[in-house]
Amino acid sequence: MAGKAEAANGGGVKLAAMKPDLLPSNTPFFFRSLKLKTKQQELLIRVVVLGLVYILAFITRLFSVLRYESMIHEFDPYFNYRTTLYLTEKGFYEFWNWFDSESWYPLGRIIGGTLYPGLMVTAAIIYWALHFLRFAVHIREVCVLTAPFFASNTTLVAYFFGKELWDSGAGLVAAALIAICPGYISRSVAGSYDNEGVAIFALLLTFYLFVKAVNTGSLAWALASAFGYFYMVSAWGGYVFIINLIPLYVLVLLITGRYSMRLYVAYNCMYVLGMLLAMQIRFVGFQHVQSGEHMAAMGVFFLMQVFYFLDWVKYLLDDPKLFHAFLRVTVTCAIGVGAVALGVGTASGYISPWTGRFYSLLDPTYAKDHIPIIASVSEHQPTAWSSFMFDFHILLFLFPAGLYFCFKRLSDATIFIVMYGLTSMYFAGVMVRLILVATPALCLISAIAVSATIKNLMHLVRAKTKVVQSVTGKGTSAKASSKASLDQSLPFQRNGAIALLLGAFYLLSRYAIHCTWVTSEAYSSPSIVLAARGAYGNRVIFDDYREAYFWLRKNTPPDAKIMSWWDYGYQITAMGNRTVIVDNNTWNNTHIATVGRAMSSYEDEAYEIMRSLDVDYVLVVFGGVTGYSSDDINKFLWMVRIGGGVFPVIKEPDYLVNGEYRVDKGAAPKMLNCLMYKLSYYRFGELTTEYGKPPGYDRARGVEIGNKDVKLEYLEEAFTTSNWIVRIYKVKPPNNRW
Amino acid sequence: MAKLPITLLTLLLLLPAICISFSPENPTDRRILVLLDDLALKSSHSIFFKSLQDRGFELDCKLADDRQITLQRYGQYLYDGLVLFSPTTERLGGSLDLADVLEFVDSGRDLILAADANASDLIRNIAAECGVDFDEDSSAVVIDHTSYAVSVVEGDHTLIAANDLIQSDVILGSAKIEAPVLFKGIGHSLNPNNNLIVKVLGASSSAYSANPSSKLSSPPSLTGSAISLVSVMQARNNARVMVTGSLDMFSNRLLRSGVQKAGSSIKYEKSGNEQFVTELSKWVFHERGHLKAVNVRHHKVGEADEPAIYRINDDLEYSVEIYEWSGANWEPYVANDVQVQFYMMSPYVLKTLSTNQMGLYHTSFKVPDVYGVFQFKVEYQRLGYTSLSLAKQIPVRPFRHNEYERFITTAFPYYGASFSTMAGFLIFSVVYLYNK
Repeated sequence: MAGKAEAANGGGVKLAAMKPDLLPSNTPFFFRSLKLKTKQQELLIRVVVLGLVYILAFITRLFSVLRYESMIHEFDPYFNYRTTLYLTEKGFYEFWNWFDSESWYPLGRIIGGTLYPGLMVTAAIIYWALHFLRFAVHIREVCVLTAPFFASNTTLVAYFFGKELWDSGAGLVAAALIAICPGYISRSVAGSYDNEGVAIFALLLTFYLFVKAVNTGSLAWALASAFGYFYMVSAWGGYVFIINLIPLYVLVLLITGRYSMRLYVAYNCMYVLGMLLAMQIRFVGFQHVQSGEHMAAMGVFFLMQVFYFLDWVKYLLDDPKLFHAFLRVTVTCAIGVGAVALGVGTASGYISPWTGRFYSLLDPTYAKDHIPIIASVSEHQPTAWSSFMFDFHILLFLFPAGLYFCFKRLSDATIFIVMYGLTSMYFAGVMVRLILVATPALCLISAIAVSATIKNLMHLVRAKTKVVQSVTGKGTSAKASSKASLDQSLPFQRNGAIALLLGAFYLLSRYAIHCTWVTSEAYSSPSIVLAARGAYGNRVIFDDYREAYFWLRKNTPPDAKIMSWWDYGYQITAMGNRTVIVDNNTWNNTHIATVGRAMSSYEDEAYEIMRSLDVDYVLVVFGGVTGYSSDDINKFLWMVRIGGGVFPVIKEPDYLVNGEYRVDKGAAPKMLNCLMYKLSYYRFGELTTEYGKPPGYDRARGVEIGNKDVKLEYLEEAFTTSNWIVRIYKVKPPNNRW
Repeated sequence: MAKLPITLLTLLLLLPAICISFSPENPTDRRILVLLDDLALKSSHSIFFKSLQDRGFELDCKLADDRQITLQRYGQYLYDGLVLFSPTTERLGGSLDLADVLEFVDSGRDLILAADANASDLIRNIAAECGVDFDEDSSAVVIDHTSYAVSVVEGDHTLIAANDLIQSDVILGSAKIEAPVLFKGIGHSLNPNNNLIVKVLGASSSAYSANPSSKLSSPPSLTGSAISLVSVMQARNNARVMVTGSLDMFSNRLLRSGVQKAGSSIKYEKSGNEQFVTELSKWVFHERGHLKAVNVRHHKVGEADEPAIYRINDDLEYSVEIYEWSGANWEPYVANDVQVQFYMMSPYVLKTLSTNQMGLYHTSFKVPDVYGVFQFKVEYQRLGYTSLSLAKQIPVRPFRHNEYERFITTAFPYYGASFSTMAGFLIFSVVYLYNK
């Protein structure tokens, strides 16, 4: 629809340009027709720039493919890949009703009812479309390139959004900024086949369509935004942000007296239809009417009706005094009824209270105290300043400037982007991963700042020349020309403007360089294949994960159950094709705590737990040989915490010495003999890892380990990868004679 | 004479069957290695060996320190059973050691171990690995001043007439052993950590374990009914081990001798030893008490094929056939206590299987309203019988999206509401648009 509007605009320009063309017919026709009018030229430039940005957004995300290979990255994408594969092989209904007995043994998982299917369906549709067009691509390539493709589409949405907010110049800048912004690239490089890849597109599209609907008051745009919302709900749990931000925005508009029929139409249509559509996603279900997180939207919906009703009464009543009395009664009643309904709903359990995740967003310290499983994930940590700088670079400085411009030209649209920017910046500060949500807002607001500044500066530069060449009467606006005439008294104005322009271009080019560098160096690692610099500066590749999963696939019985910490669950099922006890879908805390308990118990106690879960193999990740620091020993305290959260026999102080976590000789005795320690350091005491260090020197932690003589009684080593990163142990059957 | 080629041919055809005689299909042992301290034992214990040979066993008697002894060749075991009648041997011949003997047991093969006074460390260690702790004092033997066997000369009461037998028809045969069993040797205790070992012949409460020739300076470590004279252990892989502290109880002398228990007026012409050791060896060598479960089947009621997955609340039928080995062929096993569990971390369904007396056990039940990966589990452990432990994994899925009821009676008000709203909206629109 956005494209159509653009085309209509272009068509109009063409028509306008044709008319004067017809008059002087004596000049050669072909030359005349090739020479474009200014508006046409501008359109051409705009389309070309947008096209280049579109391509740039795609190719800058291909670093990972060039540096490594066309592969799926990290953890969650492996689950998405596995489900997409299932979807393309078995069809939609099988996928929708898929009961997966290979994960969460023995509980199983209803895949269809516990995922956001948007990403998989999108990739499958692309795949089917390509096959329909006779492109015999593998589904893996489609999955790898889905995120870059949607990032490209996001730039288009950003352009139209910017255009809607400010002008087409801001739109172009926004498209260019978002195309290479590291905060977004971190989640959308080729191979990062995760929900966020399409969700940011859907998020921005929904916002754009909603703002468009508010600006136009058109039912069609509101409907479009409802569908955008539906796509977002189907793609990512972050839709909760939309369903809370939009009511907040509406509320702010109501409070600031900007209530209008346009807003009424846009919000009601979007909310009601969006809600009904969202209910079609099984994972979301009735949450829109039953969960505390969605109640704000419903409250605002009713508030809108009250507003409309009051408006109507005001229209009927001429007496302001009477109306005020009526207003007071109605508002009191409405608030009272709302509060009672909410209270009764919450008390009766019909409306579920806010979830822990939601609390932890509002209160950054909540998760640390109450939900260790959320706090344990590194991307749920509060954001460090450095990562803001790393992910946003100059946007961080342009953001306040953009806010200034937005406030200067306040409209319904700019209020929206300001609110989006401010709330998402808060959330980005709470959780690292939410930098992603803030990125589009930052890009848009910064784009406004850049565009407005450059435009003003260009006006100054050009106004001066125009004054010198005597005004051609083409002052773009009265305001600009008056400003130009006003500013003429300032000295070195033109030079200053040129200097500032150069400065701006310098900053923007630094931004481009920074983004490219970050993308190539930091965000293109698949994290399943590790790269390091060797002693001679050469690149060393550690492909241990895939080695281990391949071993599992080829050497264990097909119904073998693998126990590992939940981080590796998705990868084991996707690449090793074996049943796991827990995986990255952390829906059952008790089950994870049981695994945590097994890992932090002594071997004999752990053996009982493993027998009860029918575990055949135990997989641990160990970085002591390579110096890979995100291994299980470094995650171990979280296992203790999560295990101890459910089973109080596991106590964190047992594993610490004076509050200090260590693995060397001074470590706590329980630490030195727990299963995780034994499995990680089995036979490690014999190994010399670094020249000049004693055997058993742990390179990840830089200490000599405390228990070099690890004996295993109930498990036996089955496989250790070439760099010792993954170690697999077989659980022995019970003693034959005892 | 024409029969000869045919006989040869059948023999030739049967040869593979004879070679692989010890198999799941034919669990009785065939080839038994007997290791002796002294070849004289061959004649002094000939009745026992004869009874084995008469039952079809091939005995290979060798000296325990024979260099030629080997249990396996090219990875194949040469024997199905091992009889260790070599209590004093410190080292076995060949390259056989403790670990090899244990590995032999762990491969599912059977062992009879007879110790005696002055038993070597090797024998003690093998026993200890099977859950039997002989009295640590190497000179100690079991003494019982109240239930000894009366003999002509007043002895030191080390020949014990024991009749504290385990009550198990499977282990000791259905015929009751009337006469006391004569025992002369060392006692042992059962390791409390081992729950597979079972006492078959216990000492009376007045027995104790000490050196009869020296004065008792300190209280004996083993006393009373804690002393076990003969014990059996059935390993998890159904290998059977018998441990006794008396080599003499197998001897012709005790097998033939009459017995009169002290304080009892009944004098038996013949001791219970022959019956006891024969029946026990039948059990040890899997001539009795060996069960097999075959044809585990489950399917939905009304269907024949086994599904790959069940749905919650499905009705299903489960059946299994259990047979008992009689020593020559498989016969239906009849019991009324075989149970099946539908298990996911804990049994959701526990049902006793009903039998048709022909070996078929079956039941039907409803899948619980819980989805997950379940197992059909039959854990049948009865004293003397080989343990049956069957587990078959089967996932249970929830309803598919189109398996729910389409129209629910309780929802009719809502259907009515939505359709009446639609109709009302239509009427309203018509009235509003065309009625000016």
